[in-house]
Amino acid sequence: MYAWIFSSLPGPLWIRIILSLVLIAAAVLLLMTYVFPWLSQYSPWTESTIGLMFP
Amino acid sequence: MCHVAVREFRMTRSASRTRSRPSVGQRLLGGFGEILITLGIVLLLFVGWELWWTNIDAGRAQTEVTSEFVKNLDVVSVAPDSESTKDFGPAPITKIPDGGTFGIFYIPRFGSNFAHPVTNGVGMDVLNNVGIGHYPETQAPGELGNFAVAAHRQTHGQVFWNIDKFQKGDKIYLQTRKGFYTYEWNETEIVYPSQSEVLWPVPHELGAKPTSSMLTMTSCHPPFTTRMRIIAYSELESWRPIDAGPPKEIAAVVKKTMEK
Repeated sequence: MYAWIFSSLPGPLWIRIILSLVLIAAAVLLLMTYVFPWLSQYSPWTESTIGLMFP
Repeated sequence: MCHVAVREFRMTRSASRTRSRPSVGQRLLGGFGEILITLGIVLLLFVGWELWWTNIDAGRAQTEVTSEFVKNLDVVSVAPDSESTKDFGPAPITKIPDGGTFGIFYIPRFGSNFAHPVTNGVGMDVLNNVGIGHYPETQAPGELGNFAVAAHRQTHGQVFWNIDKFQKGDKIYLQTRKGFYTYEWNETEIVYPSQSEVLWPVPHELGAKPTSSMLTMTSCHPPFTTRMRIIAYSELESWRPIDAGPPKEIAAVVKKTMEK
């Protein structure tokens, strides 16, 4: 998969290296701004409240 | 002669195998492996994001909320007056708005610069961004009964990280529009997440009539799990109107916060 992506990038080797770094950065940014905040609600570390059951 | 021929045959066979294109099965298997490695890296990134980056995000949000709160104060008094131990009588009730930040907590035990805003509501929108949340069903500061708040033990600013470190005589200060409430810690207990009786006007006593104002802080326990909850109880000890200035113990951090 990654070999195929890398080989189908255009340009000489150094351009392809820069392009793949940009792609990785974009993927990480996407994860941090959208995916992780959404995933966070299922994470086991973010519960600190007490269940509310009032008489 | 015969031996040499066999060896040559083997060499050409193995060489041609590595040079030829991988079969469909090999490529599928390789792609599957890459996906697994990617998932592993993504999970590691997620852990890093949760444990580290959320603190940075929450810190930024809390600084913003704090300066917003300070901007809306009628009186921003920073210098404590000379009679800093004067008794100002019973504390008034600070009305809590439906949403929004209504106070700042100063807790010297958590660090001399500890100043975190407190907002109504204990949804993830509050706790994940602006730190300390007030259980809307519980009482207000100064009111008879239980003023209960929650915050994260770790991640998202880890505001109550040191909640297990309280010692006898520790004070917890709350600044609202009205003034400064001083609470004194008296005990901590560990309960199950479902034990909402800790939030009752008199904790654990169903229907009991409260005779004092207390502060209940809740967070996760043990750290990095959500198995139990740690509950710290404090009692309202005294209060100072806002124009009398902060108690001298927190004068420096209040001054710093008001300048933000």
